[in-house]
Amino acid sequence: MIDLLLEPFGYQYMVRAIWVGALVGTVCAFLSCYLILKGWSLMGDALSHSVVPGVAIAYLSGLPYALGAFTSGLIAALGIAAVRRITALREDAIIGIVFTTLFAIGLLIASIKPMAVNLQSIIMGNILAIPDEDITQVVVIAIVALSTLAFRWRDLMLAFFDEAQARAVGLDPWRLRVLFFVLLSACTVAALQTVGAILVIALVVTPGATAYLLTDRFGVMIGIAMVIGAFSSAFGAYASYFLDGATGGLIVLTQTAIFLLAYVFAPKHGVLAARRAARMPKSEPA
Amino acid sequence: MTMKRVQPSIEAEHLSVAYANGVRAISDASFTLGPASICALVGPNGSGKSTLFKTLMGFLKPAQGGVRIAGLPVAEALKKGLVAYVPQSEEVDWTFPVLVEDVVMMGRYGRMGLLRIPSKDDRATVESALVRVGMGEFRCRQIGELSGGQKKRVFLARALAQESPVILLDEPFTGIDVKTENEIVALLRTLREEGALIFVSTHNLGSVPEFCDHVVLFNRTVLAFGPTETTFTREKLAETFGGVLRHVRLGGTELHDDDDARRVTVLTDDERPLVFYGRKGDERTVSSAAPREGGSA
Repeated sequence: MIDLLLEPFGYQYMVRAIWVGALVGTVCAFLSCYLILKGWSLMGDALSHSVVPGVAIAYLSGLPYALGAFTSGLIAALGIAAVRRITALREDAIIGIVFTTLFAIGLLIASIKPMAVNLQSIIMGNILAIPDEDITQVVVIAIVALSTLAFRWRDLMLAFFDEAQARAVGLDPWRLRVLFFVLLSACTVAALQTVGAILVIALVVTPGATAYLLTDRFGVMIGIAMVIGAFSSAFGAYASYFLDGATGGLIVLTQTAIFLLAYVFAPKHGVLAARRAARMPKSEPA
Repeated sequence: MTMKRVQPSIEAEHLSVAYANGVRAISDASFTLGPASICALVGPNGSGKSTLFKTLMGFLKPAQGGVRIAGLPVAEALKKGLVAYVPQSEEVDWTFPVLVEDVVMMGRYGRMGLLRIPSKDDRATVESALVRVGMGEFRCRQIGELSGGQKKRVFLARALAQESPVILLDEPFTGIDVKTENEIVALLRTLREEGALIFVSTHNLGSVPEFCDHVVLFNRTVLAFGPTETTFTREKLAETFGGVLRHVRLGGTELHDDDDARRVTVLTDDERPLVFYGRKGDERTVSSAAPREGGSA
């Protein structure tokens, strides 16, 4: 039994999938804390679809695919922010327009100029089959993003929570927002290969949403989200060995399972806690 | 708590501000405030008060003219942490996972290192700011769990913790009870004694003469500014607000049995009315008309 459970660790590609998955899951989880608090959850979806034309163009011109993906992801993020700045349209409408446009451009390029590379692999993702040079890209992106966040997470929190106060202590909220979008675009690119463009949104939403139910402090929330992100990605990759199923699907379902647990059992914000509070009419808020 | 040794002032010179869509919100506004004092920004809804504050906080760039704070351009004054800001309640995301003490600590960021790790000094300042506004025992509450008055105190504590010589308060008295209002006013007075310049936008016309030294009457431009006694008059307020104030005047036989020429004028756009009494041309504000604590408005 033990031998069977340890079997995946005997294969180099499995070990690699597990730790790379955990790394990507961790950094995406970090970003998810900001996204869900800003009501920008759809932004992850938008970015992951927007990278498709960048990937297509990069392949056509022989550039590293990550560069193309990152560039078009960033164009989408900044485009959304810029349109938001000057029109009174709501964010969801702007996101909808920008990301479908870019996705459509990507599909169009791919259909006119069929390429050796299968766009399917970008849309579906497969962490078990990432080539070595792509692994290096993913790892570098994740480590750079994690260290940047380690230095600037409090500034980002302040800029997201209260822009006026960010200004009052001498920070530039607009610049911090751009920094955040750069990191988000980069991490979306990294996450594409682990779970694919469609499921990327789970990685940048679910861990933060789960952690939000478990704490009232932002720093703690980030910590919990990162643990969830790392564990679910590693576990999903590991379990896919036995189930012979899609890694992305398993990673996301693991996250959903943890979310549901938190939703029911969270000590303060869970369903059971809400029932307990409803039964005790005396504990009114101050 | 000691203020930075900076002479606080706000100077607007021929200030014009437009929104991104080109609509002009403020044109040719000029005024000077300072040093240490409490100044009210008074004007009707949509008069550009919030826009003026946004310009002071560097969100909007002047189309023409400019603002200097403590003699510096806005961006530089903000970099030096010279301006503290107490936002309107609607501007704050109360569901954000931060505790009361986390919010107050945000006032200290400008003094921390790159990693924003609080020092002993930062913690002590946060602690004393919380005690000063009477929120010491609430420091570990999530901010959304507080009442309206408590929320206001927390953000006031953050401004205290920042120790800035210029403090902006955007509508600090909306949605709070009279007791909290009186406590906030008392605190603002102490801050003035400590050398701060406090700029308050408010709808509570009745409380302005009680605690404000100077008044800026604002409606897309500065209509008048100066000491409260000479600026905050019935004529100038009528000019500022046009017809939007509720306006009740009692005089003649309604008020007196004899032929006393004195009359009462009540101006209000909020719960707290502003009352003038006296002969035409010599009317004074009657501050006792303001409802007292426990009284009904």
